[in-house]
Amino acid sequence: MTQPQLDLSPAVSDEIRQTTCYMCACRCGINVHLKSGRVSYIEGNRAHPVNKGVLCAKGASGIRQITAPSRLSQPLRRVGPRGSGAFEPISWDEALALAVAWMAPLRETAPEKVAFFTGRDQSQSLTSFWAQNFGTPNYAAHGGFCSVNMAAAGIYTIGGAFWEFGQPDWEHTRLFLMFGVAEDHDSNPIKIGLGRLKARGARVIGINPVRSGYNAVADDWLGITPGTDGLLILSLIHCLLEAGKVDLPYLARFTNAPCLVGPDGLFLRDGQDKPLVIADGRAVAFDTPGIQPDLGATHQGARTVFQHMAERYLSPEYAPEAVADRCGIPAPRIRALAAEIADAAFNHPVTLEQEWTDFRGDPHKTMTGRPVSFHAMRGISAHSNGFQTARSLHLLQILLGAVETPGGYRLKPPYPKPAEAHPAPHCKVTPGKPLDGPHLGYPRGPEHLCLKDDGSPARIDKAFSWENPLSAHGLMHMVIANAHAGDPYRIDTLFLYMANMAWNSSMNTAAVMEMLTDRGEDGEYRIPRIIYSDAYASEMVAYADLILPDTTYLERHDCISLLDRPISEPDAAGDAIRWPVVAPDRDVRGFQSVLIDLGARLGLPGFVDAAGGPLYADYADYIVNHQRRPGIGPLMGWRGNGDAEGRGGPNPAQLDRYIENGAFYQAHVPDDARYFKPWNRAYQDWAVRTGLYDAPQPYLLSIWSEPMRRFQRAAEGQGQRQPPEHMRARLKQAMDPLPRWYPPFGDEAARDYPLHALTQRPMAMYHSWGSQNAWLRQIHGHNPLYVPTAVWEAQGFAPGDWARVTSPTGEIIVPVAHMPALNPHTVWTWNAIGKRKGAWGLDPNAPEATKGFLLNHLIHELLPPKGDGQRWSNSDPVTGQAAWFDLRVRVEKCAAPPPDEAPEVLPQFPVLPDQGRGRA
Amino acid sequence: MTCLPGQTEKKLGLVIDLDTCVGCHACVTACKGWNDQGYGAPLSDQEAHGADPSGTFLNRVHSYQVSPPEAVPFTVHFPRSCLHCDDAPCVTVCPTGASYKRIEDGIVLVNEDACIGCGLCAWACPYGAREMDKAAGVMKKCTLCVDRIYNETLPEVDREPACVRTCPTGARHFGDLSDPDSAVSRLVADRGGVALMPEMGTKPVNRYLPPRAKDRGAQVSPLAPLLDVQATGFAGWLDRVLGKI
Repeated sequence: MTQPQLDLSPAVSDEIRQTTCYMCACRCGINVHLKSGRVSYIEGNRAHPVNKGVLCAKGASGIRQITAPSRLSQPLRRVGPRGSGAFEPISWDEALALAVAWMAPLRETAPEKVAFFTGRDQSQSLTSFWAQNFGTPNYAAHGGFCSVNMAAAGIYTIGGAFWEFGQPDWEHTRLFLMFGVAEDHDSNPIKIGLGRLKARGARVIGINPVRSGYNAVADDWLGITPGTDGLLILSLIHCLLEAGKVDLPYLARFTNAPCLVGPDGLFLRDGQDKPLVIADGRAVAFDTPGIQPDLGATHQGARTVFQHMAERYLSPEYAPEAVADRCGIPAPRIRALAAEIADAAFNHPVTLEQEWTDFRGDPHKTMTGRPVSFHAMRGISAHSNGFQTARSLHLLQILLGAVETPGGYRLKPPYPKPAEAHPAPHCKVTPGKPLDGPHLGYPRGPEHLCLKDDGSPARIDKAFSWENPLSAHGLMHMVIANAHAGDPYRIDTLFLYMANMAWNSSMNTAAVMEMLTDRGEDGEYRIPRIIYSDAYASEMVAYADLILPDTTYLERHDCISLLDRPISEPDAAGDAIRWPVVAPDRDVRGFQSVLIDLGARLGLPGFVDAAGGPLYADYADYIVNHQRRPGIGPLMGWRGNGDAEGRGGPNPAQLDRYIENGAFYQAHVPDDARYFKPWNRAYQDWAVRTGLYDAPQPYLLSIWSEPMRRFQRAAEGQGQRQPPEHMRARLKQAMDPLPRWYPPFGDEAARDYPLHALTQRPMAMYHSWGSQNAWLRQIHGHNPLYVPTAVWEAQGFAPGDWARVTSPTGEIIVPVAHMPALNPHTVWTWNAIGKRKGAWGLDPNAPEATKGFLLNHLIHELLPPKGDGQRWSNSDPVTGQAAWFDLRVRVEKCAAPPPDEAPEVLPQFPVLPDQGRGRA
Repeated sequence: MTCLPGQTEKKLGLVIDLDTCVGCHACVTACKGWNDQGYGAPLSDQEAHGADPSGTFLNRVHSYQVSPPEAVPFTVHFPRSCLHCDDAPCVTVCPTGASYKRIEDGIVLVNEDACIGCGLCAWACPYGAREMDKAAGVMKKCTLCVDRIYNETLPEVDREPACVRTCPTGARHFGDLSDPDSAVSRLVADRGGVALMPEMGTKPVNRYLPPRAKDRGAQVSPLAPLLDVQATGFAGWLDRVLGKI
């Protein structure tokens, strides 16, 4: 029998267009193949710095996202009661005129009555600029319920954090530890890195209550009890200090370990305000050339940070034997882990033959580092002790000498950038005028809090107030609850972009839906107006009064900017664009272009020319021509005449150059600038040349945090700005200038709710978007509650059983499944899968709605009342990060809910009408 | 009945590293995306946005919980697709000759023009690697991307299966397993690669690299405390530690 003749070289497509993925926040480069003008295939771009050709499950499935029936198709105005989903289509002119009619009078009288919060947009440089020029103090993105603890603790400690801020030295690291990482935003780079480690047999250790995903391939797994990571890390530090396994020369040169702590807890300084260190017995400024600062010095009664630190962590309270039970990890394993870290760091140093010069002018013949690296994310940060835990992890890296050294953790441009190099937050409102500065920033002391003259919070989310002084990303999760309660004041128009606050992005979801529809005694909604922009018919759509339909990611311009959240690598600054590789087939507009249009119609500075006309035609025009500072714009590549990098005037052909180059640009770090960046003259000078810095900004890593100490001093009664009495004790604990551990606030409920309850992000699904994807929902269409063996057996569970899951504030009934590789005190489920019936263009009986569920119903946005009349938010007391993972529950076997033939999870909510294009 | 070739010139196949696979499903949708527009009929979906969605996939990933006695439980992610067996029962069972194994490279394919959709081959395959496409009514299976690996319109570096090209951790490898010096054969030798269910007698070509031994903790190098902190106090510790500079 002869074999069939095959065409082995078929043409793949008519054309390839290269742009940037947005199936999650990872920003991979993609090749979009088109046949007859339609998208036929999507693969990774091999030349792209983020994904180097690979692509995840979501990325390849983008082809089904751009045809999803849930796509909104035209502007909508609410005609029925809010929440009913009754809308009428209107034109864009009507929609924009309505938005202007609502917002323009508020700008002239009380700009703070407009609250503008954005979800996963990656265009915060534009949205914050818009909000600042509108004049409202009420602006932030979603970091407050995402991972601000991780970001802020990193900035305050090492001048950068994980993901966009930096990454392990995959090339040289020998031991890699992941804390609280399931799937992550840095999706493909972490997988690529793990693959590199695995290929050369480097060791990977996962510290996580759940052995899924990355933890499944870890060589060792420590199934830690949630909320105790900080305790484990400080115990590791205890062991390392006890044995003297810390990098003393590194600590002396590059950290504030040798700085002298005065009786007020602040550093002794010279006349130029520079912290003093002792070298050769003399007190000199920390940056004096040629010095060897003394870590063990005392001076006028002041001791070094090193001594304060060592004394604290050498205490027996941090010994492995003292923490083992609480962490759920035996003491010998903790000691073994410390030994393994010490062995990798100090018995196997990495030395690169590369000369460099430090900020003191001292030359170094080689670059030597410690091949131990870490990654951590929401698992450690989404707790009420998350900020201090993240700081503890950075302290561990610092003690090893593994920050910005070969084999350790490497920062990406525009980082390193310490808190002092960031703006402070601004909140001064002047009707009809812009805000007095950027909304978000890094406070250095109580003087930077956003408070009104009467001491009450200036922002609707109470960011930068005594409740959470360092809330660098705002508290989007508190906006609706606070606006509904009128605490600290009432607002008029809530303007949201791409944030599913009526479902998976809110704690206490059912109550949030009620807040959005609740009316005051005057019969008006307590939140009078809601404008919402999204590309899809999410659960939030029904709760808006005006819908501005966005495009999908293949139909739009976007800018992944160094002014915002770029795609840099440790060896290169990088930015990228999206551009419309296909045209929308419905009456939708890219939200950023709509925002620019609204800015012009409102006459906002920065959006109108001298004659009052629109300054920009659309977002593409803005990307090319906007200048934040002279010569500095949203994109760094091909500026000026087309050959300028970083600094240069606008180039009309800039977007064409990006498209020709695969939609990205990279500026490479010189060889002698690749490591030791915070102290490396070559790096600092390069960063100034490329426009990342305006001047060199070397700094010391911050073991002792002076900004935190300034808040702690206020709590002790020092200084002009004083917290309310009821805040003092909590602030004094939370704002400790040295990392510490305290039990998560949720533990107060532990007696009746013995189990921890977590969510993890599945690798093939990203928040809500994935559910409408015909391929991805076949991979993850519903989510059971995973139960450890002890609970499974105690409850007598069998496959197919259901459980009642009860928290101090809520109850759900859900299907269960057994998982042995799980911390014995923890239950968990996948997030992003559970849906409300009728949303996202899915059949009302879709498994996402009948067998998928949210844990959110169990999590309150407030802590249980303390009897003091205060509303205490369920957030980290330093940054305000939503403490999702403090959740405590009990689990009891129960009968399957009705209907008998096909049980459905509880709670259920009325079916939402279909707002999308209908089934394809 | 359809005959197998006595011998093939090459044995192209996959080597999948279970020590490295994180279960991300990238290979699943890359395969779906390529083969939806590639060899043969598209891979259809039924009730794509409905109450009971299902569709044709040539590659799926399963996750298993493993609880060895007296050891720490773990999770294994297991990608599953056609193993391109030397003694492929799916071929010999085919009544029309539609299923066949290519002489030049050993790839097992379905000639869809000759497939009557009887499903016997899926029944015969012990690995569950074949899926009937409900829309087209023909049997679908992994082609090893036969329309990629020789495709002269693609850059040479891209002439590999879509699942291999996309795998973010590099857990999937493609090559000629009949050549003992090929990279995949050496990988199998170095890492103790195994055939799946060899007792079935189908002689699979694909190999799986088993997970490395886990949870052994640190082997050696215990920390030696500088001294007994509690006995000599902080000052003694400080002197000792700083004496090391």
